[in-house]
Amino acid sequence: MSKIRIATTSLAGCFGCHMSFLDMDERLVALLEHVEFNRSPFTDIKHCGPCDIGLIEGGVCNVENVHVLREFRENCKILIAVGACAINGGVPAMRNHFNLRECLEEAYVNGVGVENPQIPNDVELPLLLDKVHPIHDVVRVDYYLPGCPPSPDAFLKILGDLLADKEPSLPHNLLHYD
Amino acid sequence: MSADIKQSPITKNTITIDGQEIPFLAGQTIMDAALAAGVYIPHLCHRQGFTPHGSCKLCVVDIASRSASACTMPAVAGQQISNNTPALNEARKTITQMLFIEGNHICPSCEKCGDCTLQAMAYHLGMLDGHFPQFFQRREVDASHPTVMLDRDRCILCELCVRASREVDGKNVFAIAGRGINAHLVVNSASGKLVDSDLETSDMAAHICPVGAILIKEHGYEVPIGQRTFDLHQVSEIGLEKTILTKVRQPDE
Ligand code: SF4
Ligand code: SF4
Ligand code: FES
Repeated sequence: MSKIRIATTSLAGCFGCHMSFLDMDERLVALLEHVEFNRSPFTDIKHCGPCDIGLIEGGVCNVENVHVLREFRENCKILIAVGACAINGGVPAMRNHFNLRECLEEAYVNGVGVENPQIPNDVELPLLLDKVHPIHDVVRVDYYLPGCPPSPDAFLKILGDLLADKEPSLPHNLLHYD
Repeated sequence: MSADIKQSPITKNTITIDGQEIPFLAGQTIMDAALAAGVYIPHLCHRQGFTPHGSCKLCVVDIASRSASACTMPAVAGQQISNNTPALNEARKTITQMLFIEGNHICPSCEKCGDCTLQAMAYHLGMLDGHFPQFFQRREVDASHPTVMLDRDRCILCELCVRASREVDGKNVFAIAGRGINAHLVVNSASGKLVDSDLETSDMAAHICPVGAILIKEHGYEVPIGQRTFDLHQVSEIGLEKTILTKVRQPDE
């Protein structure tokens, strides 16, 4: 049987979900008997090919996030929102109570200890969106895997269900928002 | 006809919830009777011994072909009640999702995480996402009081603090003002700030909040995440509220 192809990315996240995924430790070896990674920080493949499963960490805070997310949606049969930020914006979305200029000025102009105050403006930098969004504001999402981060067991449960052609579900002990 | 009524079980003081016959005393609500019998009906704004508020609607049950809030509906002999049904639990999940998207619930950054009844309810109902577009409302934080913190971001307007202050503490510190989407918790003081109210750390109102809206200052993360109430218990365990309250009230007050 050919391997299930998985792509992963971190948008407006902290890579904590990816770290938690790697916390599967030696169980990764068994998992890799059944899956292979396409575009992912694990492989450094830069663009997404056709995949079975896409795991999205983080919400949507800038223009690049929107492009990446759409690329994943176009290429992945099943898209999973992984972690608090992908599901509801999480901590980055706390900036939604302020306007963007206020946030930038606080960080780069008026912040404590700022030297040479200026708001960064380089063509290399993706433009920030006015607000941070959960990913289901932008694309259709098939499943949600909550947690900050989800535990390795939660990842394994969801992937295990999908590999077994079952509807993914989390038992109570794996359902956490923290 | 009249002979039928005499013989029928409705002459006994019992109600039936999901097929289980449950006794009740005159004056009890369906919620009172259910809790006394160890039957869990989901609830957020109800607390035993307090005047029912009937606002959260988590406790809505089906009585024959009608729906009613179990915490305000008097038990009546012979009632046939459906409680733990897929349809009702789906409706309860939708209500819970609305509570989440209306406020600002960033659980990973909330001190109540793991001890929060709203969060535990969401787990109980299998809520994986907020489903609806989030409001991201900006709500006022009141950090003026030396020992008690009020973060309205997490307030679900259950009025437990309002009732605790009025009915147990003999004060009148809190109230809900405004209607619909403008409803919000207000503080009874000239400045509207907690520091100018007569709230004290030992008041029940300072401890009863089921979510992280009213917190005691300078007590944080004493119980680590992973060992908190709802890391070890389910919200559906009866009598848990008392455990939470006694546990939280102990430290040096
Ligand atoms: S009050 Fe409860 S639901 Fe809201 S952020 Fe805190 S832990 Fe989460
Ligand atoms: S502050 Fe807490 S107890 Fe008071 S109404 Fe809001 S959620 Fe309920
Ligand atoms: S518990 Fe009955 S309406 Fe809230």
